[in-house]
Amino acid sequence: MRIPVTWLVENLEFAENPTPDQLAEAFVRIGIEVEDVHQLGGVTGPLVAGRVVEIEELTEFKKPIRYCQVEVGPDQVNGIVCGASNFREGDTVVVALPGAVLPGDFTIAARKTYGKTSNGMICSARELGLGDDHAGIMVLPSGTAQPGDDAMELLGLGDTVIEVAPTPDRGYAFSVRGLAREIACAFDVPYRDPGTAEVPEGEGEVLPVHIEDQAACSRFVARRVSGVDPTAPTPWWMRRRLMLAGIRSISLPVDVTNYVMLELGQPLHAFDASSVKGGLVVRRAVAGEKLTTLDEQVRALDPDDIVIADDSGVISLAGVMGGASTEVGADSTDILLEAANWDPASIARTVRRHKLPSEAAKRFERTVDAALAPVALERAARLLDMFADGSIKPGRTDVGAPSLPAPVTMPIDLPDRVAGVRYGRGVTARRLGQIGCQVEVTTGDDGATMVTAVPPTWRTDLTQPADLVEEVLRLEGYDTIPSTLPPAPAGRGLTEQQRRRRTVSRALAENGFVEVKPFPFVAPTVFDALGLPADDVRRTVVTVLNPLESDKNALATTLVPGLLETVQRNLARGQKDLAVYTIAQVTLPRAQQVPVPEVGVGERPTDAQVASLLAALPQQPVHVAAVLAGDREQVGWWGKGRPTDWADAVRAARLVGQAYGVELTVVASDLAPWHPGRCAELRVGDWPVGHAGELHPKVVEALGLPKRTVALELDLDAMPLTDDRPAPIVSAYPPVLLDVAVVVPQEVPAEQVARVLRGGGGALLEDIRLFDVYSGDQVGEGKRSLAYSLRFRAPDRTLTVEEATAARDAAVAAAAERFGAVLRG
Amino acid sequence: MSGANDPYDPKQVAALSPEALEAAVGQAREAFAKAADLDELAAVKPSHLGDRSPVLLARREIGALPPAAKADAGKRVNEAQNAVKLAFEERRARLQIERDERVLRDETVDVTLPWDRVPRGARHPISTLAERIADVFVAMGYEVAEGPELETEWFNFDALNFGKDHPARSMQDTFYVAPADSGLVLRTHTSPVQARTLLDREPPVYVVCPGRTFRTDELDATHTPVFHQVEGLAVDKGLTMAHLKGTLDAFARAMFGEDSKTRLRPSFFPFTEPSAEVDVWFPEKKGGAGWVEWGGCGMVNPNVLRNCGIDPDVYSGFAFGMGLERTLQFRNGLPDMRDMVEGDVRFTQPFGTEA
Repeated sequence: MRIPVTWLVENLEFAENPTPDQLAEAFVRIGIEVEDVHQLGGVTGPLVAGRVVEIEELTEFKKPIRYCQVEVGPDQVNGIVCGASNFREGDTVVVALPGAVLPGDFTIAARKTYGKTSNGMICSARELGLGDDHAGIMVLPSGTAQPGDDAMELLGLGDTVIEVAPTPDRGYAFSVRGLAREIACAFDVPYRDPGTAEVPEGEGEVLPVHIEDQAACSRFVARRVSGVDPTAPTPWWMRRRLMLAGIRSISLPVDVTNYVMLELGQPLHAFDASSVKGGLVVRRAVAGEKLTTLDEQVRALDPDDIVIADDSGVISLAGVMGGASTEVGADSTDILLEAANWDPASIARTVRRHKLPSEAAKRFERTVDAALAPVALERAARLLDMFADGSIKPGRTDVGAPSLPAPVTMPIDLPDRVAGVRYGRGVTARRLGQIGCQVEVTTGDDGATMVTAVPPTWRTDLTQPADLVEEVLRLEGYDTIPSTLPPAPAGRGLTEQQRRRRTVSRALAENGFVEVKPFPFVAPTVFDALGLPADDVRRTVVTVLNPLESDKNALATTLVPGLLETVQRNLARGQKDLAVYTIAQVTLPRAQQVPVPEVGVGERPTDAQVASLLAALPQQPVHVAAVLAGDREQVGWWGKGRPTDWADAVRAARLVGQAYGVELTVVASDLAPWHPGRCAELRVGDWPVGHAGELHPKVVEALGLPKRTVALELDLDAMPLTDDRPAPIVSAYPPVLLDVAVVVPQEVPAEQVARVLRGGGGALLEDIRLFDVYSGDQVGEGKRSLAYSLRFRAPDRTLTVEEATAARDAAVAAAAERFGAVLRG
Repeated sequence: MSGANDPYDPKQVAALSPEALEAAVGQAREAFAKAADLDELAAVKPSHLGDRSPVLLARREIGALPPAAKADAGKRVNEAQNAVKLAFEERRARLQIERDERVLRDETVDVTLPWDRVPRGARHPISTLAERIADVFVAMGYEVAEGPELETEWFNFDALNFGKDHPARSMQDTFYVAPADSGLVLRTHTSPVQARTLLDREPPVYVVCPGRTFRTDELDATHTPVFHQVEGLAVDKGLTMAHLKGTLDAFARAMFGEDSKTRLRPSFFPFTEPSAEVDVWFPEKKGGAGWVEWGGCGMVNPNVLRNCGIDPDVYSGFAFGMGLERTLQFRNGLPDMRDMVEGDVRFTQPFGTEA
């Protein structure tokens, strides 16, 4: 909301007015956000009121140009060229005379243009820094000023506009009235509240109004002013304030409703009374009903929309926008003024549904003072009476039953206890009184001093002691709250799982992987590109109802697609050798999705309710995934690069396992999107926890990835948190090193051969290492030779070669028994 | 050469004369000095230290001397031989040093050659920032709490005192999942972890919760629909807003240096009352030290405590939350938030393993 300082301080009794900056600082200190402070002016030199004496239309140019004779002082008429045409002879305008400098360092000088000499400029509001209205030059109401009068004074260019954004709980602060009260509290100065003015009793109803839906409308007040002069102009001071607030002047009746809304915070609506048929009904719309709103749009109404209807049907979308059929027009003389309190939530829904944000709706959404409607109507009626010769009809309709704020009681020292501050005696009662509460201090049965505050009608946000506490604290200033650390509790540090996840991430980073954070949104079509079978469990996804990109509406069940997209983006930007990883939750719907139970608030849900809330959520385990593409080792002065291969993926998977504290075993597997012959399943014991290997060539082709791109994905949450505490005994005796090569059938995995050799070698076998794999003529069809280095060592003595050889033979014998392994000669 | 029993005057045996021995020594020294390397030195060694070298030949003459002269001559020969040996050893040591130095010199390489066979890996700065923050709070006795990203509306909104019609619940702000009445949302903040923690633990509770959050903002330089927050929650007897301020100040100092501090401005959040915006004094702010908007905070709304079965007359608490992308953006002077989400390795690599 934009508010001129001169308006803000109108009802405040300052000994000396604070500067605009001091006002802005005060707003921020008490919790009204300040978006901007616009100092008006920036104009120097002669700026005067002028009267247009004569207009000569110049038609030989591309656009209409006027050469005007403008009286700019006693007996002084200047010829001025002007491109606008929204004024007539006799109009009062603002003229910048040669020598004047306008905002933006725009110097006015006599100059020749369009074949004429222009002695000055006729100004628009924007050229004077008064707002954004550039629809034409500014025409002042007749009689506002005489030619030659100083326009600086007239326009109030010494003023400042403060732009504030109050929080949504403070509906009252969307008005001059509410903001002035805030300033009164901040500076501790007296304040005359125009919102609590007495209104005369109405004599009967102005028209019958029936509220059909009490939840939709808690109060509806109407007043009528007849005999309004439809040609009466809006007085300059009102137009100026509206302009500075960013609201364009339309007509006096409309301007009056807007002005009162800004001043008091009560949105009003003006109907052309002669167009209203019969009495009014406030109700919800009926499905199928339509309304042509003021903006000439035909709107299909929703059964949730609150409407005002007369005998002809719906005439207004309540609180949001009026209807065209009862619009106040250029010949309206009989004005029906309406002020009401609408259900904030309904208004908010209607605004969103019809995409119709408005100044009125903004206030209704945030709750309007329930006592304000008659006061605001009276103010508006009197303004019409005063400036348009209207006559206020004696009747007033006032129906509905607004609920009033309930009293709130709290220990008087509660603010002190919440703030950790000892406030002065009487501070709490005084501050609560200052914001408009009726305050009573009592002594409870236990001798404690209590304070009971009846919040004012505009403070429906004050419902519990904490709300009163905030008022005291903010008005005393958050800056008076000291900085104290609470006594440190005995924390247990990171959990085992949290520490291991960190270790996994660090291990990957230190091994050349770059962490990325893809969004969890995937397009279901990616599962086709990945070659997932139709019944693959990863195709069962949770779908986002309102995705930002309509095709990417699934929550990821696997992290690989997001990584592949990241790889594609990097490739497109010229990076060819890539190793990226991510650690994130995936979302796996349960086989039987249970609905979320209805759980209320106000007390702890039962354990059963909590359990069913948790059970309604899909499983969301944390996965780690990585993708490598291009060269794992780059080309360089040392020679060629080494292309990434499947083994890099398996190695990274093992690295993850080691970092997590588990030893992963590898078995050959066949799972999309991996290459059926180059896919490893990683297991903890017999429990599968993920896959690693080369991607299927078709997947690589479909996604435009580099050949032999590899990937891995592991479910970190599926890995056990082992409590492995190694206690190694290190023998200082020398080892015996023996090599052995065994010939086994081609399909026997090396991992298994090593495991059997290790078992056969017994306790003396300290280490086993595969150093050569050979298949070819020398070992025969369907076979391969695996050569291992074996290191034997005894813990308590120097091992003899004979002992070591016996152990080796035992190892080979075990392999022979298991796989038919033959010692290669 | 004279016979063994000839009574020679030793001074007349030329080879044993001091002059001859001196000359031999001098020749040896000269020859050793001329040797340019160990091979040359070895080549000249026999001529001066071998059996046929002048000094050793002279030694043979001693036997023919009269006993009275033997001692004197022997001494002279020994001195000469020692002098030659010494000269040899000195030269050899010298040449060995030279050889060793030359070998090392010949093995010199250009150590500035690049060695980036495996390019550098790195952790995402959001991850390391989250861990750094968690560590600051763990050091204050907090524990790290976690929760799921797909969350029930009850935890994300209801438990946190959001009214049924609160605008944050609209599909303009919040991602919902199918079916339309699923009651499940992508969490819009890390605050649901507050409710989860309070339902799960007895006070005192001191937890910090970094995590990924979601709002339907279009991606641009200062917004991303998927972002990260860190949430802090303390519930205990006698906690005050002064404790909140003290905690935030300590947090600010840990993140931005000893000169940093925080400022609270009154604000509004459904789940805290009183509420405040947190500004942090950032000494390295572009264009000079100054206040930067950092996050939101407040005293836990008694309604939230009640919803979690905690008696607000016994316990009080404070909570705060900051956006990690925003924190990283001003802390590191990063102009565009999109770089944090697009996964371009050139963005992440310079961060290494610490943010």
